[in-house]
Amino acid sequence: MTKLIVNGRSFDVQVEPDTPLLWVIREQIGLTGTKFGCGIAQCGACSVYLNGQLMRSCIYKFSMLKNGDQITTIEGLSENRSHPVQKAWAEVDVPQCGYCQSGQIMAAADLLKRKPNATNRDIDDAMTNICRCGTYQRIREAIHVAVGLAKKPANV
Amino acid sequence: MKDSFVEKRYSRTHHAGRRNFLIQTAVGGSGLILGLYLPQIARADASFVPEMNAWIVIKPDDTVIIRMARTEMGQGTLTGLAQLVAEELDCDWSKVTTERVSPQDNLKRKNAWGQMLTVGSFGIRFSQDVVRRAGAAARLMLLQAAAQEWKVPLSELSVANSLITHTGSGRQISYGKLADAAAKVTPPDSKGLILKKPEEWKLIGKSVKRIDTFDKLDGSKTYAVDVKLPGMLNAILIASPIFGAKLLKIDATLASSMPGVKKIAVIGDHAFTVIADTWWHAKAASEKVIPSWDEGDLHLKSSSTIAAYLRTGLTTKTGLFSFRDEGNAISAIAGSVKQVEATYSAPFLAHATMEPMNCTAMVTTDRAEIWVPTQDPEGALLATSRTSGIAIEKCIVHRFDPGGGFGRRGRVSDYVVYAVQIAQQMPGIPIKMIWTREEDMTHGQYRPISMCKMTAGLDANNRLIGMHVRLSGQSIYAWRNPNENLVGFKDNSQVQGWQGDPKSDQQLVYQVPNLLIEYAMRNTHVPVGTWRGVNIPQNAFYMETFIEEIARAAAQDSLEFRRSITRLPKQLAILNLAAEKAGWGKPLPKGVFRGIAQFMSYAAYSAAVVELSLNKKSGEVKVHRVVLAVDCGYAVNPGQIAAQVEGSIVYGLSAVMWGECTVERGRIKQTNFDNYRVLRLAEMPKVETYIAPTGGSVWGGIGEPTIAVVAPAVVNALSLATGKFIRDLPIKNQVMT
Repeated sequence: MTKLIVNGRSFDVQVEPDTPLLWVIREQIGLTGTKFGCGIAQCGACSVYLNGQLMRSCIYKFSMLKNGDQITTIEGLSENRSHPVQKAWAEVDVPQCGYCQSGQIMAAADLLKRKPNATNRDIDDAMTNICRCGTYQRIREAIHVAVGLAKKPANV
Repeated sequence: MKDSFVEKRYSRTHHAGRRNFLIQTAVGGSGLILGLYLPQIARADASFVPEMNAWIVIKPDDTVIIRMARTEMGQGTLTGLAQLVAEELDCDWSKVTTERVSPQDNLKRKNAWGQMLTVGSFGIRFSQDVVRRAGAAARLMLLQAAAQEWKVPLSELSVANSLITHTGSGRQISYGKLADAAAKVTPPDSKGLILKKPEEWKLIGKSVKRIDTFDKLDGSKTYAVDVKLPGMLNAILIASPIFGAKLLKIDATLASSMPGVKKIAVIGDHAFTVIADTWWHAKAASEKVIPSWDEGDLHLKSSSTIAAYLRTGLTTKTGLFSFRDEGNAISAIAGSVKQVEATYSAPFLAHATMEPMNCTAMVTTDRAEIWVPTQDPEGALLATSRTSGIAIEKCIVHRFDPGGGFGRRGRVSDYVVYAVQIAQQMPGIPIKMIWTREEDMTHGQYRPISMCKMTAGLDANNRLIGMHVRLSGQSIYAWRNPNENLVGFKDNSQVQGWQGDPKSDQQLVYQVPNLLIEYAMRNTHVPVGTWRGVNIPQNAFYMETFIEEIARAAAQDSLEFRRSITRLPKQLAILNLAAEKAGWGKPLPKGVFRGIAQFMSYAAYSAAVVELSLNKKSGEVKVHRVVLAVDCGYAVNPGQIAAQVEGSIVYGLSAVMWGECTVERGRIKQTNFDNYRVLRLAEMPKVETYIAPTGGSVWGGIGEPTIAVVAPAVVNALSLATGKFIRDLPIKNQVMT
């Protein structure tokens, strides 16, 4: 039995050691915003934060998790889509089918946390998730918008 | 749709749409959060719902519910169609919401919503008229209800933003308050309604934001893979890795004792399933099942045997479909001063939608129900009925917006058939089948493989006097209709985009005095289907790279040569627009090269100019900029058109740079994104979209026509960088260092 803190809530989870974190999140915790895309950490649709670190949950095995590990999924990124990245995504009208966007948003929010003044080069390096609809140009634009939003005082 | 059930007639009376809603509930003790789908009790009396017509419901709080028949899979058609309805309805855009129509409701209501199938860039172009008329009819009914209420003539009423005003008295009433009365007004003859003229449009033509964005930002949108049902089990499907091979037996000794396994069963004659409590358990157990396949001699098939077979189609003198034979191309070319010849090829391609193929199904003795992402809800309903043997009236399809479609989820419901077959293993239990990415990529409905030999002749003045096109390749129609006699079959769709008929929505844009276009059908054992653009991307690649070769043989500028032989005025205008916006002819930085291409398809005219560079040491190609101009007749939402153009370029660049599915020992070699490379953000060029709609009686598509020009524009630029023509896709296989 391993105690996991998912989006601030505590869950006791017992599954086979080789179960990927993605399927723990989707099938044990019951949160489905984190998506299955490839199963080999290529596409990034399964991106979550483990103890604050961006990671692709489809290849991270349950046996590697420790008691008290903190996991943040797209559902826990913010209240009411209030994260600057989510606001920017809405403003720029980024999503098409939307399936990859949970992962894209998690990756972008992680980038802004690490590099609040992210440049195009930073965006190129950080945003390696796959989108088949082709929203990349808008993702880039939205990250620049989010950089600006994040600098504004919260109540403005 | 060839076997559409909607052609049949049904007598069942309609009732309000059966809908489902999701409730989130924390189950005590376990800490699990379960989402349950509960069927809303169907109302027997339609009058409970203030329904203006099949498309529009108006609620007392002025909410306008627009029912959608076409599939929204990212292409933005939902927003565009809602704009079309709202324009004619003159309703408050901020109060518009949407619902998805189910195929069983369409069946019950005798095809009230018409065709639901969403392929071929149908969304806007084939629904625009009916949905605008639905909006106009509802508006008139609301006005009539107001006129009755106030006992004033209709002519004294005006309307804007869901608010009706009586000009004389200044009295006002909102749509919501009138909805019940309006629903009882006799609907007008929709064909007699006069629609707004384009110059009167306020909402059509505006880049309003998509209306389906918010739940894509926080993970709350439910895709079919996310469906949760009481008692639901999960399943893996493993079909024969070799298309056409049969499953002899399975050894499930090890697998059946794996955790969570409920059942392991053979499905049809070429697949097996593992059903378990969780999907991960099903997947883990499926790896322990030992199948025995009867491969016959199918393992002898490979990309090289297929290529050899296709090459026979380039030279054969028999079994040809002569599609266009104008003048005498053979003798004109033979007698020409300068001859140009090239043979091209394009590979099988997988769709690789982000959401893998999946479907949840439940079958009982008298009911079959599925939860599915599909571009073809009616086909899915039919497949459910046929597979389960349960009458179509007792089948239910719950539609979910697909996580990408690109043609994979249109017209072919293979994944529905499997899901229903799996559900039949455990009647009464809903079972969710999700394919692994590997299963998805190796069991596609691939873009057909083809080769094309092109020959042309120039006269002493370097004018194009003749062209001979010999296409050889697999037919989608033949794959889908295996029992049909195809001897002498004229498969127009394989020569898509080369039509001469001035009424066609996909014409060859060039005037060629002596023209022969022939098609030799060469079918393989690999399943083929409709990939974004269907046959347009391949045929545009062949035509536009060959035109480039001719232009260079004629020592003419690529743009000028195209201008000189482009016969369609709308196409010429778009070619000129792309060239002008791209700065055609202006100097480029050292090492950067330009390529141009144009094509007409799906009633839209496209042209693109690509700028790229080649690293001659690494062979790496970098596309810097793509300027794409398009005339799609009418631009309902320019912002979404631009998004579709960006999407076409990403999908098209992935294909031209790296896309191929090769065949080894009878099976597809590529299995996942590590060996089926697709474009990522860092490789995204700057895309500039120019929309120049010219109106007229025909509405064009967007999602598919704009992909056509991507590959040839890239290749035409790259051949300048490398100094040699590139004739085989993808370009990763070319030695460029």
